[in-house]
Amino acid sequence: MSKFKKKSKTKQAVPTSAMPDIIFMLLIFFMVVTVLREVELLVRVDFTQAENIEKIEQKRLVSYIYIGPEVLGGGNFGESKVQIDDALVEDVVEVRRLMYDKLMEEPRMIVSLRVDETSQMGLVSDVQEELREANALRINYSTLRDI
Amino acid sequence: MFANKKKNRDDIESPGSAMADIAFLLLIFFLVVTTIDVDTGIGMQLPPPPDPEEEPPPIKERNLMNILVNSRGQILLDDEQVGIHQVKDKVTEFVDNQNRSQDPNLSESPQQAIVSIKTDRQTSYDIYIDMLDEVRGAYKELRDNATRELTGETYQQYNERVTRENNQVREMYPENISLAEPDPGT
Repeated sequence: MSKFKKKSKTKQAVPTSAMPDIIFMLLIFFMVVTVLREVELLVRVDFTQAENIEKIEQKRLVSYIYIGPEVLGGGNFGESKVQIDDALVEDVVEVRRLMYDKLMEEPRMIVSLRVDETSQMGLVSDVQEELREANALRINYSTLRDI
Repeated sequence: MFANKKKNRDDIESPGSAMADIAFLLLIFFLVVTTIDVDTGIGMQLPPPPDPEEEPPPIKERNLMNILVNSRGQILLDDEQVGIHQVKDKVTEFVDNQNRSQDPNLSESPQQAIVSIKTDRQTSYDIYIDMLDEVRGAYKELRDNATRELTGETYQQYNERVTRENNQVREMYPENISLAEPDPGT
């Protein structure tokens, strides 16, 4: 009788020793997929949609250029501006130098153009010309999937 | 003696329980900050900067398809005004001329076909993307059809399987899209 009682007592404890391992596995997964660096947008970027699109697999090679109307606060938007990293680019010619420096650090760089759908092609084309001069030739027009 | 031993065992096990809590906290932090958004978009290769001493290579008129898009979104395709949904069929027809009737107005072969897209400076970006999307849709269809005849797969499966150098379908239908400098417009 006493022997029985003891046995049942040991079975009552829930084995929790494996829980930290499981939690750590989840933790490591989320640590790996997390991309912490997210810039603060100074321009509005509403993506346009397209059907024939592809995924960018190597996120580490991507550097972003944001083009869209400047956010002025209070729900107002100014003229179209170009943003690279955390700052607005006042003169489009500066894009060349900035992107050239980035290309030197990562020769396989892909430039992702995140352009607001209301932007005019003139500005986008000017940026593209600067990218050509900087020899940053792999570009990607960021779009959402058309539903 | 027995009681003592039991106590000892408890002591050994106790620090482990806090570890799960710490891991949980970290896990929740990373769960909150994670944004699993996949970057999608239209990949393009820009041409290298123009060399002022070198003349651009001559292109036969029949191998070039000019698409003009003005600021109001009207499309002129080789001097003929078309709607946006007609573009895909027109491009397919133009590029794939060799598989159909040998029309002298269409391209000599898919390898030589060039589709040039030109906009006004005032054209809005979403119209341009729609345009590019249609042209790429035409090429995707051609490549899909060619792959199906070759191996029975879709082009996407084929493209993932073979290396870029061995990609016969890509060679058969190279995507020659030229992005012309926009017109100053009015």
